Amino acid sequence: MTDITKEAMMPPRSFVSQDAIQVFYRLLAALLICAVLAVLSDSFLSLGNILNVLRQASLTFFIASGLTLVVLTAGLDLSVGANVALSACIAGTVIHKTGSPALGILTGLACGGIVGLLNGIMVTALRIPSFIATYGMLWVLNGLTYWYMAGETLHGFPAGFRQIGSGYLFGLPIPVYLLLVFLGIGTLFAQRTIWGQEIYAIGANPVAARLSGIPVARRLLLVYAVSGTMAGLASIIFLSRLNSAEADIGESLTLPAIAAVLIGGTSLFGGVGTVFGTFIGALILTLVLNGMNLLSVSANWQPLVTGIIVILAVWLDMKTRRRAQ
Amino acid sequence: MSDALPIEVTSPTPLLELRGISKEFPGVKALDDVSFAVHPGEVHMLLGENGAGKSSLMKVLCGAYRADAGEFYYKGEKVAISSTADAQKLGIAVIFQEFSLVPYLDIAQNIFLGREPKGHIPGTIDRRKILADAKRVLDTIGFDIDPSTIVDKLGVAQQQMVEIAKAISQNARILVMDEPTAALSDRETELLFALIARLKADGVSIVYISHRMAEVFALGDRITVLRDGRRIDGVRPADVTPDQLVRMMVGRNVDMTYPRNFADKPGDLLLEVKGLTASTGISDINIEVRRGEIVGLCGLVGSGRSEVARAIFGADPVSAGEIIFDGKTISGEPDLAARRGIALIPESRKSEGLALLRSVSDNLVVSALRKLFPSGLFDQRGAQRTSDGLIRQLRIATPSARQTVGLLSGGNQQKVVIGKWLAAGSKLFIFDEPTRGIDIGAKSEIFALIDRLVAEGAAALMISSEQVEICHVCDRAYVMREGRIAGHLNRNELTEENIVRLGMHHA
Repeated sequence: MTDITKEAMMPPRSFVSQDAIQVFYRLLAALLICAVLAVLSDSFLSLGNILNVLRQASLTFFIASGLTLVVLTAGLDLSVGANVALSACIAGTVIHKTGSPALGILTGLACGGIVGLLNGIMVTALRIPSFIATYGMLWVLNGLTYWYMAGETLHGFPAGFRQIGSGYLFGLPIPVYLLLVFLGIGTLFAQRTIWGQEIYAIGANPVAARLSGIPVARRLLLVYAVSGTMAGLASIIFLSRLNSAEADIGESLTLPAIAAVLIGGTSLFGGVGTVFGTFIGALILTLVLNGMNLLSVSANWQPLVTGIIVILAVWLDMKTRRRAQ
Repeated sequence: MSDALPIEVTSPTPLLELRGISKEFPGVKALDDVSFAVHPGEVHMLLGENGAGKSSLMKVLCGAYRADAGEFYYKGEKVAISSTADAQKLGIAVIFQEFSLVPYLDIAQNIFLGREPKGHIPGTIDRRKILADAKRVLDTIGFDIDPSTIVDKLGVAQQQMVEIAKAISQNARILVMDEPTAALSDRETELLFALIARLKADGVSIVYISHRMAEVFALGDRITVLRDGRRIDGVRPADVTPDQLVRMMVGRNVDMTYPRNFADKPGDLLLEVKGLTASTGISDINIEVRRGEIVGLCGLVGSGRSEVARAIFGADPVSAGEIIFDGKTISGEPDLAARRGIALIPESRKSEGLALLRSVSDNLVVSALRKLFPSGLFDQRGAQRTSDGLIRQLRIATPSARQTVGLLSGGNQQKVVIGKWLAAGSKLFIFDEPTRGIDIGAKSEIFALIDRLVAEGAAALMISSEQVEICHVCDRAYVMREGRIAGHLNRNELTEENIVRLGMHHA
């Protein structure tokens, strides 16, 4: 008797990928939340509210999408919020000084990207665990931003620039278009490029990935740089939507972004997850907060609810995955 | 199948007897009506290919699995083993391949984990007593070591001794050992065998799972062969030949001579290593490998064989020397070596060779992404096609290319690791213990595959502790000792004796 018969006797595995199943469950959950909210609140299904939800979700998604790639490699980027703040303040200053939104946007993206690259260098060349490296970076960036802004607020930007965050095109907010574009790019990058495949392989087993000839350090640099650049992008949207920049705008951004990644089904242990899942994660998070607002539940309850959703989502994932094995 | 063995006459009441044990998992009958008896003070060899049911039987014995059907008799009396506590009460202890020690506690704490002698203040441990007790247990197994040594600092062989001490301290009368020599050097193996003899003399019975034929005959008082969850036969070593045992295990004839088509003359020089030195403990390594050759790299475990492999592949930094591959000097990370055509099939395929949670297909194409998708755009169907081809070519037993690779047997996992380098089009294959933990059928398949590879113009550098394999398969071999090349053996000098002689430490 050979191996062939032995393994033929093993329970057949479903041929739908785990990723697809998880995204499907999440979509169901999001729809369920929508249904419940539609019943409970008259205003939930109004066009204005739905667009509002999407716009809110897009802000979380920009940060969380780059973060997803980092988490796929079994890393973490805790500096994204602080990066948004610094990038927004620098971009805002450049726009004020030069009057050129284009130059401001470029500076914001570059600032975010450079911060990400520095994170990557700490993780690869200096071999500092990403959790620590980016945690340290968080403080460094906060320190720089507070020193740079010295308590000032940047305020008032050209109308054209403000369109990015608050304008509409064919009835849809512009951030929603950006959301769709980056959702597409992120999904294509992760699923349909060899770099994406290598990122999954690194997360699944970094030692095996290196010994399989994957340039692990270079891919990690890329991933952290992308995460930083996406924070830079988010900073531009924030700046244009709020029409102002302060040193402390980043403080409430990092933890929701991590929540979106986790609710979206990306494993902190790496190798498992999708950018699309993170989008649904951001959506679920926003829907719940929006629903609580509509139902006049005190905002004080929001962190508690977020925490419970994160724990529930991860627990259910682990359960379904264990069953699949 | 002979139920009335002559042995039954000599020792009428077995210490432990299992009758008609069956255990089923969804879709798999892991154990099918298996009967099995352990007599006092005997070493009972449990033999079978991977997946034959050895591990399941072991888990039933120690209460980790509950049998679906069957009965247990202890000294002739019917008992139940439905939990690990039941098994422990009967004096059954298992030494798994993966030890269950707490690395940051000392030896004494590990031996008495959960049973620590209490100190005067509630919640404390009587430190003096635990050390004294541990010392006594260690003495009974002849292990001379300070019981306050932290386990993390111990080598594999020493950790194994601690596991055995722990079992003995729990009054184990039946010790189940799962491939205990798999990670031991020859010297350590000898020490283990001496300990086994000592335990036997004390009346402890040992159930010993092994893949190594030599051990089976050196140690075994009785042999039970399992295949596909069934007990095939129970025999005494004196009554069988290795070939007969192999036939029982695989249910077919397997050529144990690993056929090799030796080339008349070797091809062009492919790899030239000059004066290679690395901080991992190797110095002044000089090696040549030509196309069409399988070159052995032998020596004791720890003599630096794996370190040479890793240095050539760029996995460890090199401090001096030169590696010339296919006419060009290389130095750098593994991705460079891989791109040039060097493949490393590492010793521990689970932790270094595969992403266990990913699919067979993902693992097969991971080193060939650039070659298969030169545009940089990955396409799942293309990957699938390549994988399906490799699965057929290597006869990888898997329901599909999308199966999680961690669910395959050891032999098939190894084929996936090799397949990933076939996909990449590698020219030099460095094998580090390619047949470790692989059953005999899959072994000859892997050697046939290596033979075919070199016949087609590739070359192989093969590290193995199985000297028989080296002697059968290699064109020639280097023998290492203490981080250096101690000698070189041509085909006509390649005998186990010569390998051992060159590799031995001279006091």
